[in-house]
Amino acid sequence: KGGFEGKPIAENTDSSPLSTRAHRRFCELLPQEQRSVEQSLLAQVPFEQILSLPELKANPFKERICRVFSTSPTRDSLSFEDFLDLLSVFSDTATPDIKSHYAFRIFDFDDDGTLNREDLSRLVNCLTGEGEDTRLSASEMKQLIDNILEESDIDRDGTINLSEFQHVISRSPDFASSFKIVL
Amino acid sequence: MSHQVKGLKEEAQAGMKGRARSGSPRTGDRLGRRSSSKRAVKAEATPGRLGAQRSQKARTGDSPSPGSPRRKQTGRRRHGEELGEQEQSKAERTCQGRRKRDERASFKERTAAPKKEKEIPRKEKLKRQKKPRSSSLASSASGGESLSEEELARILEQVEEKKKLIATMRSKPWPMAKKLTELREAQEFVEKYEGALGKGKGKRLYAYQMLMAKKWVKFKRDFDNFKTQCIPWEMKIKDIESHFGSSVASYFIFLRWMYGVNLVLFGLIFGLVIIPEVLMGMPYGSIPRKTVPRAEEEKAMDFSVLWDFEGYIKYSALFYGYYNNQRTIGWLRYRLPMAYFMVGVSVFGYSLMIVIRSMASNTQGSTGEGESDNFTFSFKMFTSWDYLIGNSETADNKYASITTSFKESIVDEQESNKEENIHLTRFLRVLANFLIICCLCGSGYLIYFVVKRSQQFSKMQNVSWYERNEVEIVMSLLGMFCPPLFETIALLENYHPRTGLKWQLGRIFALFLGNLYTFLLALMDDVHLKLANEETIKNITHWTLFNYYNSSGWNESVPRPPLHPADVPRGSCWETAVGIEFMRLTVSDMLVTYITILLGDFLRACFVRFMNYCWCWDLEAGFPSYAEFDISGNVLGLIFNQGMIWMGSFYAPGLVGINVLRLLTSMYFQCWAVMSSNVPHERVFKASRSNNFYMGLLLLVLFLSLLPVAYTIMSLPPSFDCGPFSGKNRMYDVLQETIENDFPTFLGKIFAFLANPGLIIPAILLMFLAIYYLNSVSKSLSRANAQLRKKIQALREVEKSHKSVKGKATARDSGDTPKNSSKNATQLQLTKEETTPPSASQSQATDKKAQGPGTSNSASWTALPASGHLPISRPPGVKPDSDHAPSQTHLWRSASGKSAQRPPH
Repeated sequence: KGGFEGKPIAENTDSSPLSTRAHRRFCELLPQEQRSVEQSLLAQVPFEQILSLPELKANPFKERICRVFSTSPTRDSLSFEDFLDLLSVFSDTATPDIKSHYAFRIFDFDDDGTLNREDLSRLVNCLTGEGEDTRLSASEMKQLIDNILEESDIDRDGTINLSEFQHVISRSPDFASSFKIVL
Repeated sequence: MSHQVKGLKEEAQAGMKGRARSGSPRTGDRLGRRSSSKRAVKAEATPGRLGAQRSQKARTGDSPSPGSPRRKQTGRRRHGEELGEQEQSKAERTCQGRRKRDERASFKERTAAPKKEKEIPRKEKLKRQKKPRSSSLASSASGGESLSEEELARILEQVEEKKKLIATMRSKPWPMAKKLTELREAQEFVEKYEGALGKGKGKRLYAYQMLMAKKWVKFKRDFDNFKTQCIPWEMKIKDIESHFGSSVASYFIFLRWMYGVNLVLFGLIFGLVIIPEVLMGMPYGSIPRKTVPRAEEEKAMDFSVLWDFEGYIKYSALFYGYYNNQRTIGWLRYRLPMAYFMVGVSVFGYSLMIVIRSMASNTQGSTGEGESDNFTFSFKMFTSWDYLIGNSETADNKYASITTSFKESIVDEQESNKEENIHLTRFLRVLANFLIICCLCGSGYLIYFVVKRSQQFSKMQNVSWYERNEVEIVMSLLGMFCPPLFETIALLENYHPRTGLKWQLGRIFALFLGNLYTFLLALMDDVHLKLANEETIKNITHWTLFNYYNSSGWNESVPRPPLHPADVPRGSCWETAVGIEFMRLTVSDMLVTYITILLGDFLRACFVRFMNYCWCWDLEAGFPSYAEFDISGNVLGLIFNQGMIWMGSFYAPGLVGINVLRLLTSMYFQCWAVMSSNVPHERVFKASRSNNFYMGLLLLVLFLSLLPVAYTIMSLPPSFDCGPFSGKNRMYDVLQETIENDFPTFLGKIFAFLANPGLIIPAILLMFLAIYYLNSVSKSLSRANAQLRKKIQALREVEKSHKSVKGKATARDSGDTPKNSSKNATQLQLTKEETTPPSASQSQATDKKAQGPGTSNSASWTALPASGHLPISRPPGVKPDSDHAPSQTHLWRSASGKSAQRPPH
């Protein structure tokens, strides 16, 4: 069944080098006994393994990225298809719409479909890093989030929804070039 | 019947499940109630649907089309029904992403349901029961035929739809598993019915076409993959990108682009000038200009001489002076002087074209430059992280820079108009600018002085190595030490870092430009001096030859052997001198760059890395630390180097070849250096924004380097004894000569007419007018654009405020649920009516259809009871209606087709 599984994937993603490369990288994360093709396609890799990838290691959103792309019921592991999905969204060929859609889901920390103040402040904390010296003070945070809502929250409901988010992102000149992960 | 009801129950449950999964508990409750009422309605509607199936069965009974599409059809009808249901619930729900997922999940459930298969025997039975009626229905002979046609059309439509789905699969935000199943389904469907479509007329041809189309797609994909693999250094640049972010990578992408451009220029010059000359021109040593003079002969092969591009290199095809002024060379009768001139022009033409084209494509890619001001904070928030960063150090730097940019923008916002001690700041800024202008003037003067001195040196014998290379050394030192000096001075100004960076770039640009132009002016002085001396040298040459051939001691009968070319006195050939200067400058620039990288970056990195174990303070964090990759400096260096290439390539055709080598080595060398010994820049210098900035600088430099070349071509006489244009008054005379001699006379007349100033001045005027007109048009268009955007924004805001008001109102009304739920139920029935018109009440339903979607509430209320009791007592009106059946079905088809066509989101 493995070969039959593998072929369509290679055909679908329209870039077989990417998927073979991805498969190689994915197999490296698996224990030795699961590295055969059919087993690797069924295997689930826990988050700790994925997060140790050098491409994701320095990313402040790595946990969010994994959660968004995971399809397992407990949301704590990635299958090969999820992994491939992740890479295709972060590839050069993904459309800006797809990229912004997933960016929204990554930034939506509580998975409620909108970016509220809580999400935004967590986002700011992710962006400013762990260190004490780089963290923003409470008043700065409030000011910042007020400004962001002022700019992007078109319907003034105190949160940013997907269409508002995409409205902003579509005007950004360098979102598509930076929302990329290269394996 | 029971089966149908069960199926419906299943559906209702599935719907409930989906909703319960997604909605908050409150809405789930409400919806649950609604769906239970819906179930009742459906149960009522079932007989009607059965009837529809029956009659349809009857109609299609004799049609020759395969059974599967029909099966599909019923399935599809069910889809339509449920889609309508979903549509209904869509209005209530606000969370969009969740809705999509549910809808698709239920969609899949439906498609996967085995109910369809079970239905067939039932249908058979029904058919047998209804035989008499079916025959009466199908009595109109053409009924079957037209139906199959319709069916074919519909299948075709479906196939197209599926194909579209396959094509747009990549732009759907679904998980991969879903994509795979959907894709496989769609592919299977397409494969199954594509063949059936071509039935009768060339099925095999159709299949063959499909096969070829598939093969072609595959080939294209492979070719694309191949193409991406052929892009040089792609992986290297990606590697750098992932370590240093996109800004550093943008330099390397720029370098690669430059390499491509230079390769084209090299191909032009090498293929059209150097190779013909080497293959077909007169060989080395045949005429004076191709021979090393007697005085230089013994040292001509020394490395130190060759290193200065003197000796044999000076008298080679790398330089202008080597080319002969023969009109045609070789058996091809290749017009080399003409080709030389045209290549020189086309080098500039090609460069201008490619720079402007890439600038235009860059601006087309970026949307709404002016709008970015509206979203400064949001952009910082949502787009500032560079996901390519895979290095923790880089990530730390990025954290710091993001934090500072946040803080900066907050501070900017807070005290945008608060300015403290404005006088001191102003004074300091004026002072800093004064200092920098002093520096610039000083460096300009220094270069002028040095070039003048080098002219003195060039007349003397036995000059030392330093004295020979003074110009290059001084220029390189200035380029090395002035930028840091400017940076130090810029600290006085206390500018915002981004503004500061712009100033810094501008100043370095001015420095380089000033240096280059001072160098050029000094060179021009030299050229004029040489031109002044040329007359006397010409006389000397003439006299020498005259004396040689007419001197006594030889009898007149035996012709004297010609004077050896090495012994002929010759002019200084200013063109070659200029070419050599540029060649030297390029090489020394390259060496200085490499040495700076080796010393400043690599050795420093080694020192910091290894001495850190035994040092008093932390070297990595403290004073020397690692070098940063200086993007702006490197880009400017690259641009100015290219400017020198453009200026020099006319007088030294080999210069572009040297430059290609330089770019190639610097690609590898800098890639290695940046990965081994650099840390990323802390300053924010966004890549995509600055891309056009680089290009703009490049265009400016191209224009500035075009000026001196154009000046020398148009207004200086070429040397009398070297180069392809020797003997002519001006270099461009070669054009006139070609037109006069090689073209028919009327063409020459036309050219002369075109060159008439009376024609050129109006043409230029016309061009200006056109530019003015286009400019004003684009301005007005952009103004209209901005106004439209404002309008849209205002509209959207109004809309949203309305919606929020309405939302509040409904929240207030939610107290009296009975009213609400009844309203919901009405709506539900309405949609039910529209999506699944029962066949028994076909006439009524179609009537309503004809009235359009705006059917009144009351109408639907009256329709429902009718559909409820109609199947029990079959109305006699059905039979007379039978001849209308095709048209009715058509109507119904189109309606259901529309509902099925609706994209699933």
